[in-house]
Amino acid sequence: MTATIATTTTSSGTMSSPLEAPRRLSGSVGDLIFAGVVRLAAVVTLALLVAIIAALVAGAWPSIKHFGLPFLWTAEWDPVQQKFGGLIMIYGTLMTSLIALIIAVPVSFGIALFLTELSPRWLKRPLGTAIELLAAVPSIVYGMWGLLVFAPILAEYVQTPLQTTFGNVPGLGMLFSGPPVGIGIFSAGIILAIMIIPFIAAVMRDVFEVTPAMLKESAYGVGATTWEVVWRVVLPYTKTGVIGGIMLGLGRALGETMAVTFVIGNFNQLNTLSLFEAANSITSALANEFAEATPGLHEASLIYLGLLLFFITFVVLAFSKILLLRLQRNEGKRT
Amino acid sequence: MSAIELNRSVVDRVPMHRRRKLVNVFALALSLAAMGFGLFWLIWILLETVRLGIGGLSVATFIESTPPPNADGGGLANAIVGSLIMVLLGTGVGTPIGILAGIYLAEYGRNTLLGHVTRFINDILLSAPSIVIGLFVYALIVARSRSFSGFSGVLALALIVIPVVVRTTENMLQLIPNSFREAAFALGAPKWIVIRSVTLRAAIAGVVTGVLLALARVAGETAPLLFTALSNQFFSLDLRAPMANLPVTIFKFAMSPFANWQHLAWAGVFIITLGVLALNIAARVLFRNKV
Repeated sequence: MTATIATTTTSSGTMSSPLEAPRRLSGSVGDLIFAGVVRLAAVVTLALLVAIIAALVAGAWPSIKHFGLPFLWTAEWDPVQQKFGGLIMIYGTLMTSLIALIIAVPVSFGIALFLTELSPRWLKRPLGTAIELLAAVPSIVYGMWGLLVFAPILAEYVQTPLQTTFGNVPGLGMLFSGPPVGIGIFSAGIILAIMIIPFIAAVMRDVFEVTPAMLKESAYGVGATTWEVVWRVVLPYTKTGVIGGIMLGLGRALGETMAVTFVIGNFNQLNTLSLFEAANSITSALANEFAEATPGLHEASLIYLGLLLFFITFVVLAFSKILLLRLQRNEGKRT
Repeated sequence: MSAIELNRSVVDRVPMHRRRKLVNVFALALSLAAMGFGLFWLIWILLETVRLGIGGLSVATFIESTPPPNADGGGLANAIVGSLIMVLLGTGVGTPIGILAGIYLAEYGRNTLLGHVTRFINDILLSAPSIVIGLFVYALIVARSRSFSGFSGVLALALIVIPVVVRTTENMLQLIPNSFREAAFALGAPKWIVIRSVTLRAAIAGVVTGVLLALARVAGETAPLLFTALSNQFFSLDLRAPMANLPVTIFKFAMSPFANWQHLAWAGVFIITLGVLALNIAARVLFRNKV
């Protein structure tokens, strides 16, 4: 470190001796310019958000004006007659994300528990890295693998048994009706779950690790088992962080495009609530239709869907961020 | 009397103790299973990608352009080159802005309103759906110029790079102890020299890690390219025209019913996965060795 500072002083020292006026002047001018440039870069990042919202609202405006809020609960999507409503896609997006959360939350909790309490020290790092790599795999890889490898196996070994077991149970049977071909909301939900597990697990692991050792040791000291320590001490202590992590995963699931587009089937229907039927989500409708949409109401309606998606994910992610910040702040108070 | 009661409570506790132990073992077994569940998918996906991808690879994959359906031969050369150009340019455009904004957050705006708001918004943009970025660039550029272009693809990728680089740069600069800054200030160095020659230099490994991670992130991005760069079945280096790229080509080929296209799609998936994972591992190794 001292070497770095030394080179700095000598390099400016060649121009003039260190304490002469010109150098100080160039220092303060340099400071002003540099501060201005970095502040500008920060403002650009902020402006990006404003610009995204403005551009989407402008692009969606014809559709917003024409269909208004009923767009949200209208199921008709008919480019020929120029009638558009987003209910099918909104339902698809919410339902796939819900299935993803139902699967991913307990698994992520298990992984975080394993990594913080059970794993031998030398295994922590490789296992943590492996789970993080799951997040690094591009979504198009999940999509292609999901469609060509996973879907046929899911259809044969999961969907068909589910159907034969629960097919005749009233209510529950309806969810599992339809052709078990491995495509639709159910498979999209499962693949989303695999994709968001690393995000939720990473946040949970990080917040579990901030639990003060004293709290845990006290609990172990009065004879609590590992499970009791995690469930009764660590989890209550890190509650806000855990929910923040789940919200982060939800935000990811809502906006995931390629993996869902491959396996959801891209079929605009809401005739049944079956999870095995092909369906559509906001992102898959955009990915499939947008490049071919005719300018005008069709394109504007798709941008309207995109705006809704951005709004929903923004709220979810903002909520997540606030919860995680709150945990951090409490942490600051305590120490 | 009291002795008998004491005995009874001890006797009561034995089954309870056994039950608690049982619950514990059960929960920990489930936790182990969850870990296995996570690893299972990673290993399965990687194995299938390698198995199906290597079969589609040949020298032609790297030197010939995408073929028409059901034709012999052909490769992904135009898509690979297009992807390299757009990913490198996008990272090149996004990185400086990201690093500068990260410097602002860590060195100037730690406790200012602009700093707090930017940090908050940046973290949201980090996880915002990338397809929305594609829509944004479409509305901003493609709809006006009435043509898909490599430029708009580069811009979309750059917008995804910025938040990733901002986050890592800020985190890395915050890891530098204040005593470094104080020592440099005490020598009379102006703030921007302190940042350039002391804090940024000390954090450089972390910053490079962030850039590598951003590179890995955009290399696999498909959604933002769908309505910006689109795709191109021919070899083209013209940034004003639609540009071929690996992710969109894979999407198109994988969804097609043609066997030769599907083989090439698997080869493309193999190349992308290998590249992205290699970048990720390189970033980790670099970070571990320097910090």
